[in-house]
Amino acid sequence: MPSFCRDCLVDASPQATRCASCRSPRLLRHDELASLAIAHVDCDAFYATIEKRDDPSLAAEPVIVGGGKRGVVAAACYIARTYGVRSAMPMFEALRLCPNAKVIRPNMEKYAAVGREVRQMMFALTPLVEPLSIDEAFLDLSGTARLHGMAPAKALARFAADVEQKLKITVSIGLSCNKFLAKIASDLDKPRGFAVLGASEAPAFLAPKPVSFIFGVGKVSAARYARDGFHRIADLQNASEVELMRRYGEEGRRLARLARGIDTRCVDADRAPKSVSSETTFERDIADFRVLERILWSLSEDVAARLKAKELSGLTVTLKLKTADFKIRSRARSLDAPTQLAHRIFTAARGLLEHAADGTKYRLLGVGLSSLASAAQADPADLVDGRRAAQAEQAIDDVRARFGDDAVVRGLAFERRDKS
Amino acid sequence: MKVTVERSELLKSLGHVHRVVERRNTIPILANVLLQADRAKLSLKATDLDVEVTDAIAAEVGPGGSTTVPAHMLFDIVRKLPEGAQIVLESSGDRAALAIRAGRTRFTLQTLPESDFPDLAPGDMTHTFTLKAADLKRLIDKTQFAISTEETRYYLNGIYLHAAGTAKAPTLRAVATDGHRLAQMELELPKGADGMPGIIIPRKTVGEVQRLIEDPDAEILVEISSGKIRFTIGPTILTSKLIDGTFPDYARVIPVSNDKELVVDKKEFAEAVDRVSTVSSERGRAVKLSITGGRLLLSVTNPDSGSANEELEVGYEADPLDIGFNSRYLLDIAAQIESEAAVLKLADPGSPTLIQDKDPRGALYVLMPMRV
Repeated sequence: MPSFCRDCLVDASPQATRCASCRSPRLLRHDELASLAIAHVDCDAFYATIEKRDDPSLAAEPVIVGGGKRGVVAAACYIARTYGVRSAMPMFEALRLCPNAKVIRPNMEKYAAVGREVRQMMFALTPLVEPLSIDEAFLDLSGTARLHGMAPAKALARFAADVEQKLKITVSIGLSCNKFLAKIASDLDKPRGFAVLGASEAPAFLAPKPVSFIFGVGKVSAARYARDGFHRIADLQNASEVELMRRYGEEGRRLARLARGIDTRCVDADRAPKSVSSETTFERDIADFRVLERILWSLSEDVAARLKAKELSGLTVTLKLKTADFKIRSRARSLDAPTQLAHRIFTAARGLLEHAADGTKYRLLGVGLSSLASAAQADPADLVDGRRAAQAEQAIDDVRARFGDDAVVRGLAFERRDKS
Repeated sequence: MKVTVERSELLKSLGHVHRVVERRNTIPILANVLLQADRAKLSLKATDLDVEVTDAIAAEVGPGGSTTVPAHMLFDIVRKLPEGAQIVLESSGDRAALAIRAGRTRFTLQTLPESDFPDLAPGDMTHTFTLKAADLKRLIDKTQFAISTEETRYYLNGIYLHAAGTAKAPTLRAVATDGHRLAQMELELPKGADGMPGIIIPRKTVGEVQRLIEDPDAEILVEISSGKIRFTIGPTILTSKLIDGTFPDYARVIPVSNDKELVVDKKEFAEAVDRVSTVSSERGRAVKLSITGGRLLLSVTNPDSGSANEELEVGYEADPLDIGFNSRYLLDIAAQIESEAAVLKLADPGSPTLIQDKDPRGALYVLMPMRV
């Protein structure tokens, strides 16, 4: 059975428990090690790890990165996780579980910069990198063995060691024959892990898992499948693809295949984003239109800045609200032409907000643009105003680029900074 | 109050007034229609505080009086009563209810006091003129489609009506634009309209007036003040607030020196545009016009679904040109072209294009190109 040392990449003998060369116990061993080429790379507790890296005094503390009392946990370090803290958990609950946790406000710019460095290092392995978020991606290393002078598994182990050495953060790698299995594998050996899941062992591995283990199967659909007798993936494996298709249509076909570890989706390097959005959870519930409006403006500016940075524009503006009792309300409106201007995004979203601000208390507000188009198609010249709206916003952007974001603030968003 | 009316008369009249009543109302009285019975006449009135419509029909009036009832509900009731029915409306002063009887059918509707019904005080009208219904309808038809729906530029949410032309040939001109296209229609200035202020008639009003015009030969009385307009169409009177704003200087966007002239068969052109735009997506409805010599190639490329093109023989002698337009806007304009041939006056792919009938008869259209 092929095996090698994750630390020094030297091949190991099949029976060895430590590397003969560097004495490391981190040996990787798998029948299909030489052939598997689809990987899922996930940074371990990304935000929290970066914060610990930058402030060594936090090393032994439970660290939670996230917004104030009302926000959610964006990342929890592995110490905090031992208390039961999980990502996306409301902050109050996290602090109940782990009252002595150090809570750090997220610094997205810093994380994005590190994320970009990680991605650059991925591109050294293969051009086929499909980012899923700031800190995880699928990589297809098929056909790179010759280029790297080593099998994909070894190239990935070297990549993990390089990231650790250069960026002082750790990653976990899942290696398999498709995206579905690779993603499962990366979760098996976290943190600082490297797990291999071969095609031949996948059905047996999946069989005892609940149906909800398959991505896209939520609470509601899992309950439905359970009613029909499909509790574990094994139950799906025992049903034929045709039978599942008859019951669940297209989704049945997907379930039948994934249950057997079959996933034909490609690693798509230039998967275009479908929408650009920004949202925020408030410290306290808000019903006041004026206050919501001001928050909407800053979110609109945020979305506009990101559209401009990505050279995109969007035609459909969506307003998202979450009520105090956690109900999501979402309203959308299409514009005459794609835009990337904060003012236009805000105006459209404000109209939607006016209808929604009927006294209901909200805990979250978000705005997004979809039906994306290129920047070149954005904000075409207008018979009445020419390109004045676009030019005005360009002028503001230029001032901000030189003098900082606070150099120009729209009256609506201006808060008096009294000394008190 | 007690009145007896013909079902068909009442239905027609309610049809005139009930549409201005908004479906969703926060002020209860605005959901109601005011009924006033007096001397062989039943008057009806409805308003949304911006537009008010009154109508009157012949009626057999017992004791006179007035009351208000939910407009849409009354309309639905009358609509469902059998044809040819005689309807009796009766209210007694001490109960807040209106009884509606027709044959063996009987309804009782809750009422609100007439005194609560708001009045859209018309104020002093400064200019008065009459227009033939067909002419007013033409002013509206040719421009209405270009009215903007964008709320921020509220001053574009209507038709700009004003006196224009030259001293020798003064005109009454209607203009509407949403920034992407502009439509202008004019006719000879009627007597009494000279010196009138430029006014912006809101979209809703324009639509209501258009619907109220039934007989093209009728004479319509138009009265204007700086803040309001009133149309008298037979027994129906529509009073509306005007949009308080300044309409932009539209004249500067109407191209005067576009020298590349493209003449197309309107029907053939519209059908071809419609055909090729089938493959365009919801978001980018651009159709590309490539013109060389006497040939026009219409093409649409949609990266998500495919492409289409069609060639037309056209009249064109200027230098070859490629230009893109929103296909829906092109079709909107084509629908207003009356003559067989349409003339497009082009300058370059980035500048507004002028579109007219071969024989213009007062209408012109300007269309902003799209990048293709």
